[in-house]
Amino acid sequence: MRIVFKTDYMQDIRPWKDGYQLSLYLILLAIVTAAPWWLDDFYLGELTNVLIWAIAGLGLMILTGHTGQASLGHAAFLAVGCYANVVLIEAGVPFLLAFPVAGLLTGIVGATVAIPALRLHGIYLAIFTLALSVLMDDIIVLAEPITGGVAGKYLGGVEIFGHLVDRWATPAPFFWLVLAVAVVVTLGYINLLRAPLGRSFIAVRDSEVSAQAMGVDIARTKTISFALSCAVTGLAGALMGMFAGAFNNETFSVVISIQLLMMIVIGGLGSIHGAFLGAIVIGFLPQFLSISKEYAAAIFGGNTVAIPGLEFGIFGMILIAFILFEPMGLYGRWLKIRTWFELFPFYRKDMFKRQKSYLKTERLR
Amino acid sequence: MDNAQLLISGLANGCVYGLIALGFVLIYKATEAVNFAQGDFMMLGAFVTIGLTNTEYMGLPFWLALPISLMIMGALGYLIDRLIIRRLFGESQTAVVILTIALGFVIRFAAGLIWGHEPQTLQNPLAGKEIRFGGLVLGMEDVAVIVVTILLTWGLYVFFSKTKLGLAMQGASQNQLAAYYMGIPVKRVQGFIWALAGVVAGIAGILFAAKGSVDPTTGLLGIKAFAAAVIGGFGSLPGALAGGLIVGVIEPFASRYVAAGYSQIAPYALLLAVLIFRPHGLFSQVRVKKV
Repeated sequence: MRIVFKTDYMQDIRPWKDGYQLSLYLILLAIVTAAPWWLDDFYLGELTNVLIWAIAGLGLMILTGHTGQASLGHAAFLAVGCYANVVLIEAGVPFLLAFPVAGLLTGIVGATVAIPALRLHGIYLAIFTLALSVLMDDIIVLAEPITGGVAGKYLGGVEIFGHLVDRWATPAPFFWLVLAVAVVVTLGYINLLRAPLGRSFIAVRDSEVSAQAMGVDIARTKTISFALSCAVTGLAGALMGMFAGAFNNETFSVVISIQLLMMIVIGGLGSIHGAFLGAIVIGFLPQFLSISKEYAAAIFGGNTVAIPGLEFGIFGMILIAFILFEPMGLYGRWLKIRTWFELFPFYRKDMFKRQKSYLKTERLR
Repeated sequence: MDNAQLLISGLANGCVYGLIALGFVLIYKATEAVNFAQGDFMMLGAFVTIGLTNTEYMGLPFWLALPISLMIMGALGYLIDRLIIRRLFGESQTAVVILTIALGFVIRFAAGLIWGHEPQTLQNPLAGKEIRFGGLVLGMEDVAVIVVTILLTWGLYVFFSKTKLGLAMQGASQNQLAAYYMGIPVKRVQGFIWALAGVVAGIAGILFAAKGSVDPTTGLLGIKAFAAAVIGGFGSLPGALAGGLIVGVIEPFASRYVAAGYSQIAPYALLLAVLIFRPHGLFSQVRVKKV
């Protein structure tokens, strides 16, 4: 076990614990940045997809993981970001300007949505956002002059400083673009968490009443959380649109919203790592299933029949298993394993036990 | 006359929404959790009955299959609580929400695997019969749906407000710990309510399958039933039925009088409006939280 000897108050609020931890992450970043050289185009595309999902997951993590507001409607904000980006680019705005503006617009939409959503708690908020996500499908169809309706929109490559960045023609630059966005968002997120704003998010999540007592403006905090969360999700949506190439009203369906929420639950609510780990599960599950189906067919004979809905069935089962046995997600499991090694042989079973809370309602009848 | 016909068909549809919403409300009332898989429960109930009755499957007589399928659904509801939900005792509501969504995925997958993805209808003795009532043509199924729903809502309402067990359930939801101290077997009550919700979902499924066809994605209808439950206030049984009827009636009228494209928005727009202006439903039971 490494014990960091603290000699300075700055060490407590520094984003990294010590040089060792920092160098580990830098090495990881270097390896991932070099991915185009050690991965073929297909898997590079998959990795890009995982990173885009991770960005979207980070967006939702701000709201759900750190502010405690469960949203089942983030696909709607993915759609807003995606369409805003495309419409701006089609209007002749250069990508480097259109992209952040798309995020900004989504953030503004999110803040607007937050105003009525502020009055809602828990389940009601989940249903509110779910309805929003369902409505977005119809809104996109109705706003046909802007969004292209059912026929959808198409976005080829974009130009950055004269270089073509396109998912199919130039996968490596597109990957770097996505990676850069992911890194910037992650750094911003880390910074947010050590700032007063991030602390007040967590305070609101843990207890609204106590947060209020400590002088946190609940309405303001929630609105900012919504806006930030939606802005990041909008950026992910813009990238997702570029990744998909063509999209219409059905691309960002309710199912995507639900998948996004489940992703961060599998990864581990309330941790930045969780968004990435969850994205890896979501991104590689279809590949994993098709590969294991081929293996099963090779061993047991028979042909590889497509079972419709298999992916979601398996996904559901994984999720149930996680909620029952590892509510803290993959990241929580990793923390336990790491602590076990660090404290060996003094790890105790109940170290990560959570306190149970018994139900009390505000209903009168 | 046309409008009256629309109203009747809307009411019959609304009753099905109301029945699913009843399932939500039952579970919410007793455990303060929302079962997002209730729509999928309904779909499963429909398929179980189809599997028992339809000639291409087991071909049992309809009136024999009915109690059997309701018993199966009740047992299933109980088992889901016993094996899965009960382990989450003392965890946050959000965990239950996510769990039941995942459960919905699994149920949809299982139903597709067993009964296939083709739309199917329930072969039932009411099919094709109709009642003429002063120029109105009422399908026998529609009448059955309306009558059964009203009876069921009334029965459940009486159960909750008058019987000992019903009151125990309300107590268990209002303060688990206090209810436990008062000698209410909170966990057993929770198991019972899930079984009851399974039976209600079974009834809803049978009525739905008698009216139209079901396929594994039918459960997504649950989202509309949410609208119904929220409009009703999520803790009130008659409210759930009223919400279901409102949603059901709005739909046919919107598709007739509102421009295409805008009409299917109507139930969700109503849901959002209710959430914004009366966050706890039209039949609210909540006061502002005080420290």
